[in-house]
Amino acid sequence: MTVGMSRGERVTRIVGNVVLMLFVFLTIAPFLYMVSASFKPGHELFSIPVRPLPESLYWGNYKILFDETNFVRWFGNSLFIALARTVLAIVLSLMAGYAFAKFEFRFKRALFVLVLATLTLPIYVILVPLFSMMIDFNWADTYWALILPFTAQAIGIFLVRQQLLGVPNELLEAARIDGAGEWAIFTRLIVPLAQPVIAVMGILFFTSSWNDYLWPLIIITTDEKFTISLGLPSLIGPYSQEYGAVMSGSFLGTLPIMLIFLIFQRRFIEGIMAGALKG
Amino acid sequence: MAHQLSQGGAAVAAPAPVATRRSRARRAPGTRTMTPYLFLAPFFIVYGIFLLYPVVDAFRLSFFEQTGISTPKFIGLDNYRALFSDERYLKALRNTTLYALASVCILSPLALAVALAVRSFIVPSPNLQSFYRAAFFLPYITSFVVIALMFGLVFDTNYGLLNSFLDSVGLPTPNWLRSERLALPSIILVAIWTFLGLNSLYFLAGLQNIPDDLSEAAFLDGATRSQVFWHVTLPLLRPTILFVLVQATIFSFQIFEIPFLLTRGGPSDASLTLAIYLYDVGFQQFEQGYASAIGYSLAVISMVLAGIQLLLFRAFADD
Repeated sequence: MTVGMSRGERVTRIVGNVVLMLFVFLTIAPFLYMVSASFKPGHELFSIPVRPLPESLYWGNYKILFDETNFVRWFGNSLFIALARTVLAIVLSLMAGYAFAKFEFRFKRALFVLVLATLTLPIYVILVPLFSMMIDFNWADTYWALILPFTAQAIGIFLVRQQLLGVPNELLEAARIDGAGEWAIFTRLIVPLAQPVIAVMGILFFTSSWNDYLWPLIIITTDEKFTISLGLPSLIGPYSQEYGAVMSGSFLGTLPIMLIFLIFQRRFIEGIMAGALKG
Repeated sequence: MAHQLSQGGAAVAAPAPVATRRSRARRAPGTRTMTPYLFLAPFFIVYGIFLLYPVVDAFRLSFFEQTGISTPKFIGLDNYRALFSDERYLKALRNTTLYALASVCILSPLALAVALAVRSFIVPSPNLQSFYRAAFFLPYITSFVVIALMFGLVFDTNYGLLNSFLDSVGLPTPNWLRSERLALPSIILVAIWTFLGLNSLYFLAGLQNIPDDLSEAAFLDGATRSQVFWHVTLPLLRPTILFVLVQATIFSFQIFEIPFLLTRGGPSDASLTLAIYLYDVGFQQFEQGYASAIGYSLAVISMVLAGIQLLLFRAFADD
């Protein structure tokens, strides 16, 4: 390819890469500024002209975050809620997806269509009745309200079914003939076979729970039960303007997801792209 | 649960292997046993309580006037009728539509251009390709909340990064988020920044499905790059383009966090979106009936868009 390149093509390549690099810079710049701002004291943060880098590494914002806010608690809450939601959603998706992939039963098609139909349903439709239900259950301002309602994920069923359709029936039959119970077949045969899709679901569900904002905003009122997403914006308001602390919290709060992304980049992209399967 | 299921399994397994084989041969696996239903039950119990019931209940509520804990009053279609003369709703609908149009007309072509560039001879090395991919993907994995907080600082009139830069090169420094004219465009800018990478990835996936030999054959026949693009690549990419456009539109109609945290929908509703309005009506004014009607209007818009997607896909499949 390189050998036969004309001069015009070489120019296009250089210009193209310069433009792409400019896009990359514009993409990363706000993140760099967030990190830089987290190390600036207030008077530096609000001084003109704005400097890209802090004069010296100032740790005060992190100190405020850890000593004067519930940040550590929020971080723990986010972690606990995201893990609980993810594990439950994966188990429910695996079980139901397995049934759809490998069993024949009455109303199979109708049930599957029902699940698919709710894939594109905006969450806004159910907010009001779900909120009333939480009040009735006495679940307002509890972790239950943040975890349980989101453990039945249609996309999970779809992904698991897709993966397990490829498993030969003979394999299951052989296990049944060997006297394995249905639950044992599920846990020892199916779950290991579904590992790739479990990873994809894990990333998808964990990220969406970690980043969730609207539902916690509606249902959680006690500062101690806040998630990170709920806690950080609460630091900016009429009574406090802790922008530096907010930036350090945003940086720390984004780290877990970035780490998962860097470690499992391929699966991560697969997980997000899973949305594309809907078409 | 585990216990119940294994018992069910044990009941199915016959004692003698030979008998099992014969009885299995007569029917498909799992027919007429409880097993599939036991596997389905946990999902569908949660699904029924927390999704299906609220969907039905919201539909019922949308025909009632109910504020706070007052007794609901049946008013038929009045909530839906009120939508058409509700200035705030219409403003939110207008803003949201403008925002969706920007996604379709600016974001999607830009994403396609990025994907084409990354995939073309401009970026020859696979390592550089994955670098671009990862860099563009970064905003999408960041929470909307952090994005809004970050851009709050970027857009700040006096101490923001953007105005500081504009000032240093001698350009005017507008009041981005507090101006009626610029609030919505600012939000759109942030949204483009957020979703450019994701949409490029969708296009990249679509481009990867197009076999290279097609364009190579066209090149051998003497076609130019632009001819190959318009006559080979673009037609084959139609399903992906359609998917991205519909996806972007549906998503645009649901935007909440970024405008909510940056502008609260203001100033004077200049950046109010349907989702923010629903939140206001349902959870600030506690007009549950009316909020449900707004929710259903949003759902209908999404369903119609998804339906169009499905129909067009069929039409393309028939081509």
